Amino acid sequence: MHELGIVFHIIKSVEAVAADNELEKVSAVVLELGEVSGVVPDYLTDCWRWAAAKSELVSGSELKIETLPAVTHCDHCGRDYPTVAHGKTCPHCGCGDTWLLTGNEVNIKEIEAY
Amino acid sequence: MDQVRIIEVKQSVFADNDKRAAELRRELKERGIFLLNLMSAPGSGKTTTLKRTVELLKDEIKIGVMEADIDSDVDARAMAAAGVKSIQLHTGGMCHLDADMTRQGLDELIDGDVELAILENVGNLVCPAEFDTGAVKNAAILSVPEGDDKPLKYPLMFQVCDVVLVNKIDVAPYFDFDLEKCKEYVRMRNPAARVIPICAKTGEGVDQWADWLREQVREWRS
Ligand SMILES: Nc1nc2c(ncn2[C@@H]2O[C@H](COP(=O)(O)OP(=O)(O)OP(=O)(O)O)[C@@H](O)[C@H]2O)c(=O)[nH]1
Ligand SMILES: [Mg+2]
Ligand SMILES: [Zn+2]
Ligand SMILES: [Zn+2]
Repeated sequence: MHELGIVFHIIKSVEAVAADNELEKVSAVVLELGEVSGVVPDYLTDCWRWAAAKSELVSGSELKIETLPAVTHCDHCGRDYPTVAHGKTCPHCGCGDTWLLTGNEVNIKEIEAY
Repeated sequence: MDQVRIIEVKQSVFADNDKRAAELRRELKERGIFLLNLMSAPGSGKTTTLKRTVELLKDEIKIGVMEADIDSDVDARAMAAAGVKSIQLHTGGMCHLDADMTRQGLDELIDGDVELAILENVGNLVCPAEFDTGAVKNAAILSVPEGDDKPLKYPLMFQVCDVVLVNKIDVAPYFDFDLEKCKEYVRMRNPAARVIPICAKTGEGVDQWADWLREQVREWRS
């Protein structure tokens, strides 16, 4: 399952940050998730509960998810538009010459610890 | 109890893996080993294509193959039967390989004399594209029954690929598969990617792919 793999990588990264900052116990991890990252938030929190329990550092901690909007840029008319509503076709000029500006992020924003 | 501390991280979940992958690539360059990462949806023909590729190249290049299957070892045995060193990578249920898992596999595969290491990634068009394995080049197989619009539906996979092999062209007449459209969709996602139509079953077109690969290995090792 895709989300489980992502969760293992989040835990690895959190462990590295914790070692650098001498953290012993993490209470929450705040994640920024792009609207079109392909990661399903509900699956992610389910996987988190299961995988986090196996790590001393993050067991019992909360995974907080903040959604980042997806925005696409049109090379033809130079304007931006919301990706989820319009997909790959620019609503301003009808052109398909477009690319994703933001929206596929999976970022660890911050960690809350005691 | 102490107050809660907030530590700002602001880092992509993939950043750590990207760093390890870059390290692995640097080491491979020093050791003169070319690593190819082969990706596709399940059943697109990775193993069949590799068998053909190995037939064409094994007398001139020392090849080793890593087969990433979630559970079975049939692909690793198929490659061993084709006459190259092959190992089974255990993904433990994971849907992709990352740079660390690839490194572990290479440690097991390489005992001094492999020049071309090939990784058959887990059959999946999503996560393998997100996790850099440390490979020198990435190839994806898209097979005819999957449809010519796959590059639109899985853009990242086609963005990270150096080559797209369009496999099972023998069955094109039975499917609504438009090769020119498919090439156009790949170009939209990645203008630099090379598209090579093949039929792994008969070997048609595989020589073109083998020529490309041979040239890449030569360049990397020179
Ligand atoms: N008609 C036709 N069938 C093919 C071709 N190449 C592969 N196949 C068939 O497609 C099926 C899957 O091929 P594999 O090579 O095992 O595919 P794979 O990508 O390694 O599959 P997984 O490792 O399970 O993801 C087999 O039954 C092959 O015989 C082709 O060029 N034409
Ligand atoms: Mg296979
Ligand atoms: Zn995955
Ligand atoms: Zn426009």
